[in-house]
Amino acid sequence: MKRLALFGGIYNNYLALEAAIRDAQRRKADGIYCLGDLGAFGPYPDRVYPILRGHGVQCIQGNYDNSLAGGLADCQCGYTDPRDNHFARISYNYTFKNTSEENKAWLGTLPETLRLEVEGRRMLLCHGSPRRMNEFLWDSTSPDAFIEYLLEQSKADVVCVTHSGIKWHRELSGGRHFINVGVLGRPENDGKTNVWYTLLTIDRADAKVEFVPVDYNFKKLAAEMKAERLPEEFIETITSGWWTTCLEVLPHKERARGRF
Amino acid sequence: MNFPEITLTHLDNLWFQVSGTLCNIACTHCFNNSGPNVRTFEFLSLETVRAEIESATRVGVKEIFFTGGEPFLHPQLPEMLSLSLDHAPTTVLTNGMLINERIADRLAEIEQAARYSLEIRVSLDGYTEEMNDAIRGKGVFRSALRAVARLSRRGLLPLVTIVRTWADEEELRTLAGFSATLREAGYARPRIKVLPALPLGRELERSAGAETDALLSEEMLEGFDRELLMCSNSRIVTDRGVWACPLLVEKPDARLGATLADASPDYALSHNACVTCYHYGTICGNISSLIEGPAVQADAASSELS
Repeated sequence: MKRLALFGGIYNNYLALEAAIRDAQRRKADGIYCLGDLGAFGPYPDRVYPILRGHGVQCIQGNYDNSLAGGLADCQCGYTDPRDNHFARISYNYTFKNTSEENKAWLGTLPETLRLEVEGRRMLLCHGSPRRMNEFLWDSTSPDAFIEYLLEQSKADVVCVTHSGIKWHRELSGGRHFINVGVLGRPENDGKTNVWYTLLTIDRADAKVEFVPVDYNFKKLAAEMKAERLPEEFIETITSGWWTTCLEVLPHKERARGRF
Repeated sequence: MNFPEITLTHLDNLWFQVSGTLCNIACTHCFNNSGPNVRTFEFLSLETVRAEIESATRVGVKEIFFTGGEPFLHPQLPEMLSLSLDHAPTTVLTNGMLINERIADRLAEIEQAARYSLEIRVSLDGYTEEMNDAIRGKGVFRSALRAVARLSRRGLLPLVTIVRTWADEEELRTLAGFSATLREAGYARPRIKVLPALPLGRELERSAGAETDALLSEEMLEGFDRELLMCSNSRIVTDRGVWACPLLVEKPDARLGATLADASPDYALSHNACVTCYHYGTICGNISSLIEGPAVQADAASSELS
């Protein structure tokens, strides 16, 4: 039996990252993986790197990491709404300015996807989708037949993604699984301040997916965001659990569940 | 001239021209020249819609769209939406004018029963009554806003589309103003989608712009991500067969076959509309690439937006 801890976007939230690592260790995870987007949104971008390296977290590149490593002008988040892009730009410019050259170079060394073989199952870890780093995959807009297609194309039994910011899981025929592992960077638009990671337990017979809530010192994070003069809207999301920006990418069902 | 050829990578988006070219209004810019009594294309039957949804599901379709004309002219539209939502997230593009209390009730019922998202996209052009009705006709703006409020009262969050007709530096202010208009009309949590103005159809005759003779070449596509072009991931079913793109239903060479199953996967990019897709991306989807807003300075007060 193997137990994997799967982290989604960290968005500079080093406090949630530390809490999640402690939790995964307590639950005796055999390995910890991060599916990319280490930067964005939160304060002090350089703080997540020593934590990830110090605990041997295996990371892949998200669109943010790809942009930072390549010195691109924007985050490639895939937003189309002008207000969403306005806030994405503030977040990216801050993160770009405050990430060291050494850490940017390290991001450039990360793979875009990672294949694992765990207890006889073929796993694929990627950021957005198996076919595009910044494709948003939401529960309410990912039909079974489409997920089947992605699994077949990627020749995998278990595919794990992040990027969209809200966790979900689909079990398909033949014991195959498609998992959006959620994110550590910000709450998932449900009015609660905790964030989420995914614990995947695999043995020869079964794969069990468990979403783990992570409480962390969000008040400290909010105070630091304020000190760094990050937008009030971002801080409100951290302290209220409701998304206030980058909302227009949400499909109807996910949008209707939120406050804004 | 040899036009660059695009092969269907995967059928992500299945479109239905469900009401043909029949519409209850005649917008001055309509890209497929729809209008009252325009029968270039006719209604689709429920059987055709069902068969093509099943065919698309077999290849793993991601999203389904209903357009026209005006889709709500089709008496079986609610039934079709419900059927479609059994298989995939579904969007209907409408002018909203036919969404009365009864239809709004039915849509809310369908949405609540569905596992996947239903998007109701209400198209406007101008963000004021004067601007919009100059293009769409008298009373259209208010009628659309009444429909939006009806849907909102039932917990639905329609996507209201408007066409970008302002200067870059006015963008955030314009959208904040339009949000306020929608709130006043009774839509508490407005969702807005901004579209670029496309020089096509009646808009082409109207604007007779410089781009009218622009066509794509192989050189233009060098290093370009072809998957951003709609014909690489979409098809539209009409009563006269399957076409490469919703914008090209009037072009005989864009007809690829009688059904999805026998339609050719290849299409040569031989029209002006292909240039707009190249410039703006697949704007027809709900979330589309390449329609970034203008550059905004970080100090352009975030407070004015909230």
